Amino acid sequence: MNYISIRNNQTVPVADIPVLDYPQFFETNISLLTNHPERHCVNYFGYNQGNGIKLICCIADDVSQEIYISSCHVSPSGKLESMTSRLLCFEKFEREIHEKFGVVFENHPWMKPVRYPHNRADKSSVMDNYPFYSIDSEELHEVGVGPIHAGVIEPGHFRFICNGEQILHLEIQLGYQHRGIEELFLQKKKLLQRVTLAENIAGDTVAGHTSAFCYLWESLSGFEPKPEIDFYRTLALELERIAIHTGDLSAICTDIAYQLGSSVLGRLRTPIINFTQEWGGNRLSKGLIRPGKTQFPFTKELSDRLKKVLNDYEPDFNEICAELFKLPSALSRLERTGTVSYDDILNIGAVGMSARMSGLLRDVRTTHPYALYPQLNHQPIIKHHGDVYSRAQIRREEIGQSMAYVRQLLENIPDTKANYDLPNKLQPNAFSISLVEGWRGEICHCAITGHDGELVVYKIKDPSFHNWLALALAVRNNEISDFPICNKSFNLSYCGHDL
Amino acid sequence: MRTRLIKLFAMLSILKILYHQGKQFIPNVRTAQVPGIFRGRPVISTNQVNETELVDLCPMNAISSNPVSIDLGKCSFCGECALKFPEKITFTTDYKISTNERERLIVKEGDDFAIEVNPATVRSEIRKIFGKSLKLRQVSAGGDNSCEWELNAANNVQFDMSRFGIEFVASPRHADGIAITGPITQNMAKALEIAYNATPDPKIIVLVGTDAISGGIFADSPALDRSFLENHTVDLYIPGNPAHPLTIINGLIDLTRKTK
Repeated sequence: MNYISIRNNQTVPVADIPVLDYPQFFETNISLLTNHPERHCVNYFGYNQGNGIKLICCIADDVSQEIYISSCHVSPSGKLESMTSRLLCFEKFEREIHEKFGVVFENHPWMKPVRYPHNRADKSSVMDNYPFYSIDSEELHEVGVGPIHAGVIEPGHFRFICNGEQILHLEIQLGYQHRGIEELFLQKKKLLQRVTLAENIAGDTVAGHTSAFCYLWESLSGFEPKPEIDFYRTLALELERIAIHTGDLSAICTDIAYQLGSSVLGRLRTPIINFTQEWGGNRLSKGLIRPGKTQFPFTKELSDRLKKVLNDYEPDFNEICAELFKLPSALSRLERTGTVSYDDILNIGAVGMSARMSGLLRDVRTTHPYALYPQLNHQPIIKHHGDVYSRAQIRREEIGQSMAYVRQLLENIPDTKANYDLPNKLQPNAFSISLVEGWRGEICHCAITGHDGELVVYKIKDPSFHNWLALALAVRNNEISDFPICNKSFNLSYCGHDL
Repeated sequence: MRTRLIKLFAMLSILKILYHQGKQFIPNVRTAQVPGIFRGRPVISTNQVNETELVDLCPMNAISSNPVSIDLGKCSFCGECALKFPEKITFTTDYKISTNERERLIVKEGDDFAIEVNPATVRSEIRKIFGKSLKLRQVSAGGDNSCEWELNAANNVQFDMSRFGIEFVASPRHADGIAITGPITQNMAKALEIAYNATPDPKIIVLVGTDAISGGIFADSPALDRSFLENHTVDLYIPGNPAHPLTIINGLIDLTRKTK
């Protein structure tokens, strides 16, 4: 076999991952993906080993629920044939490896820097003069936006090439938020420090990233997650989904100047995140999720509170959505705006909501199940138009679905508490992968331990890593005035991407 | 006639939605209570505990011993210390923890008094010029989007900060100061400096969240460049991870106007 098949949250000895030569590695991964829409690349990264670079590629199969891991040893000065030349979904992964280690991928369309990390191979390349696609024309003009944007949001640089009001091309340069998180995971030795790091990867996906870290850590410690711990995480994940989707629908209303929807949906987010605070002391669930623990007890009183919060939320939410989704002036802004086709979505390897909006099933909750999702019998919501309207509809319907799941979970509140002390040392020479469906989509954390059971590699992939390209494609041929709703309808993460 | 009827029904449904919302705004943001187990200003008792263990527990290195103290500029408000040493540390729901003096963020053993803005050290032009209207340009410099969310929430219909004349504006040229979130990354250092320089004088600097105040969990990362803070004076520290909207609003009010 050229690869090893493992399941979500499974730990295997690093030695069990086949080490191929590059042409074999190339062919294996290309043939795994070609003509297999049910498979996609969840992570592809490199790390220093000896005097070379070890590459690890993880391909997930959504039907067999397996993840195929293969590896390869290359020299940093080597020139390798680019996998992107065959499949576009490797595009950013190869750029990342090139930026970090200097490995050159031949026939890659453009080795543009991804995020200018502090430990990049070429220190002479700096953000100030990042390379960009330019065009020389009498008719066209360029619009540059950022890194600081008009609203209270994170930084990124957007460069539009426009013909009059119409966008021909958008290029997005990120990296401004780079804090060196992956390296800090190795430097910080205390478990509590590492959980805190996971909580600070992306403040709007705290439950998502922290759950991924915890499942990974537990798997590497040989700890079997307990149903009561799964209950806490599933509940936190679904509450996060309800809260952020509500806020995003509000933001979409803001950007089409629909004041009523913006205010009502904006205020509806508050009771949900306030409930998270009642439970765990923090509106964005920081401090709530810990490896091997049920940190803040979920009592009968909290359960009654949550039922009431949802019962109050639901009629108001349904009422404003019914109004929003029948309002001609709103629909005319949402429908057929920012469309991405199924083929494009599949080719670029988009995940989560950004894939489901165009008819592609990517939902780790069913395809690589974890936590209590198998019991909830989750059925992903799929739309087919790939426009802002589809993305708004998915949010609306997923909120309804998440509320049903939360209510179902509240039927069986575990009465046992968990408080296991997990070791600071992990299984030595092991590899593990954890996939969690955050509200944006698939979060992937991978780790490798050394012979002393210490972390030697920690690799994080936020769904935004794949999906930023979907936004760039969505705005093509749209009016530049529609960029804000396209952007909000994806609501991708800057810090999750920049790490 | 028909169109008029349709318009009338459309308006009625809007009025119905408005009616169902009721009154959403928090009438008094100075005295509002936060629900549940919110972790605000901590109180440290004089009980004896194993101090080495307590200091070692904190993931943020925010706790010091002899006397035991917590630096809220470093604290992530995770509450682990209060869970492990309940007889020593309790977090109160007091959300008014913003101040203009960095030392005031350090809560010592036995202290149980409010963390306040010291009016004596507030620059005189701040209250004179920004007392009734304050426009801020927000700069996220490596922020994780949690403080940014809470700054936005401070202006939603519930917290409604704009009723005090405090708002965020798009351009630094329209602003009276900048509000920084995040530990300030190398890649954002220059943009931050440019935004600050583009803001007309007199101007203020507000740090929102633990990451901005001390670097937080990222404090010793080589990807940061915090030299901006060495070269400029900070006018307000708003702690939290993220800072609560009520902490933000009360801090800005206390800085810019006489309240008592």
